[in-house]
Amino acid sequence: MKGRRQPVAYLYVLPALVVFAVFLGLPFLQTFEYSFYHWDGLSASTWAGLSNYRDVVADPQLRSAFGHALMLMVFYSVVPIVIALVLTALISRAHRLRGMSVYRTVLFLPQVIATVVVATMWVSIYSSHGLLNQVLRLVGLGSLARVWLGDYSTALVAIGLVGTWLNVGLCLVLFLSGVGNIAPTLFEAARLDGANTRQEFLAISLPALRGQIAAALTLTVVSALKTFDLVYVTTRGGPGTSTTVPAYEAYNRAFNTGQVGSAAAVAVVLTVLIMVVSALINRLQPQETA
Amino acid sequence: MRLSRREQIVDHLVLGLFALFAVVPLIGVLLSAVTPAKENEGSFAVPRRLALGNFGSAWDQGHFSTYMVASLVVTASVIVLTTMLGVLAGFAFARLSFAGSGLLFFVLLGGLLLPAEAFIIPLYFNLRGVGLTDTFLSLILPQTAQSLAFAVFWLRNQFRTFPSDIVEAARLDGARDLRVLWQVMVPASRAPIVTMCVLIGMWTWNEFLIPLVMISSDDRRTAPLGLTFFQGQHLNAYSLIAAGGVIVALPIVVAYFCLQKRFISGMLDGIADR
Repeated sequence: MKGRRQPVAYLYVLPALVVFAVFLGLPFLQTFEYSFYHWDGLSASTWAGLSNYRDVVADPQLRSAFGHALMLMVFYSVVPIVIALVLTALISRAHRLRGMSVYRTVLFLPQVIATVVVATMWVSIYSSHGLLNQVLRLVGLGSLARVWLGDYSTALVAIGLVGTWLNVGLCLVLFLSGVGNIAPTLFEAARLDGANTRQEFLAISLPALRGQIAAALTLTVVSALKTFDLVYVTTRGGPGTSTTVPAYEAYNRAFNTGQVGSAAAVAVVLTVLIMVVSALINRLQPQETA
Repeated sequence: MRLSRREQIVDHLVLGLFALFAVVPLIGVLLSAVTPAKENEGSFAVPRRLALGNFGSAWDQGHFSTYMVASLVVTASVIVLTTMLGVLAGFAFARLSFAGSGLLFFVLLGGLLLPAEAFIIPLYFNLRGVGLTDTFLSLILPQTAQSLAFAVFWLRNQFRTFPSDIVEAARLDGARDLRVLWQVMVPASRAPIVTMCVLIGMWTWNEFLIPLVMISSDDRRTAPLGLTFFQGQHLNAYSLIAAGGVIVALPIVVAYFCLQKRFISGMLDGIADR
């Protein structure tokens, strides 16, 4: 079977490739083309050179959109991964617990619910009579209560915490299953050598989890960069421009404010960022399984 | 090595706490969805009486009946199309040798990383140019293209590890490639194909940006798009928004509870393989 060329193979891949090229590949290349023009979506376009890209750096609104994405990365990625790692150290053998599959199912549940539904859910949690303010009033911190998504100083953090809620269970499930794959004899040997839980975690679990940590980083960082649904439903970038993100700017400029070229440049920068970040994190991945 | 009593208690405490953290917002929506609309201020509260009529109101007045049909049509079409095209291409990449196969596979794989923002803007203007915007096709075809990257990758791995002697035996019996594929390899790979369909179904059902950009008529809105539209019009109708949210999420959540092992292992494998 090997070695012999089989031209018939092209017939097998052709349908998939055509659909892929027409609806994804080609438009992707056109995004680059668009980004070099000024265009309002209707009238004739004019050559823009690199000015749309210059704006990504120079336009304060775009710059802050990318800044917000960076901030979201902390809440989507750093916070859940740190929390999940600490918990994994604490309950490293929980994968053998009776009832673990029930916990796993529940912890994973937020992953399967449409972000749009998640967003409407958090809109009411953050509303003036919502759960967060209820809890604050209950513990005597009622003076802090506010409409969290409507406040310039808290809206972005409020969105970030939804990301934390989404990702912490995912990271925990991922890390616990990773620890479950470590040979139990390693832990037994460490115990015989008198290692405590912390030493055990640092010497055995953490190195063994490199692959899972890299995967969790990629997934969560990319999801922070791609954030769109959540912002669209909860704040539309507001109040003011305090919660705009690159994906929202790209959408809004292309389809609402008639700045198609600028939108394309934002989309290109965002895509390149996602590719670079994924490639960088991929280098953390242990080589033998890569 | 069994877990000590103390370790078990700590495990249950930690996992229980975080499971609660995951589930409280979801319980909040369920409660809100059955709270009488006039009494609902968006709080987390157990209603004094159950107003199951909220679901009926969302279904009829909120137009969720049409939104759900639209989502169903789009999701089913994407699953069928992606599986058919993905099986063919995955087989070729796994089992046939042809010039450029490495490069073509690499290009397809790139689709796994591409966010929808990377192609949606020109795609919209291309489809508008040929009059395809605001149709189901404008949702089905791009989402099939998006899903294909994953499907081809997944199925190629599957068909590669398929035992060669079975394929050879079928060939000796005179079966041609296409018959070997559909009558031997596909039935034997049913489990991973179901996992793939379940994941693609979830991603398609939950997709928001593509319908938001492509669709303008109310009767072609998908369920997530319909929900945001409804929310935008009735900001304080907490009961109906919650009921609508439950309706939108329900099919995927039910599938998740029935097939949780496939969902979780599929997503974790998918993550680990990237």
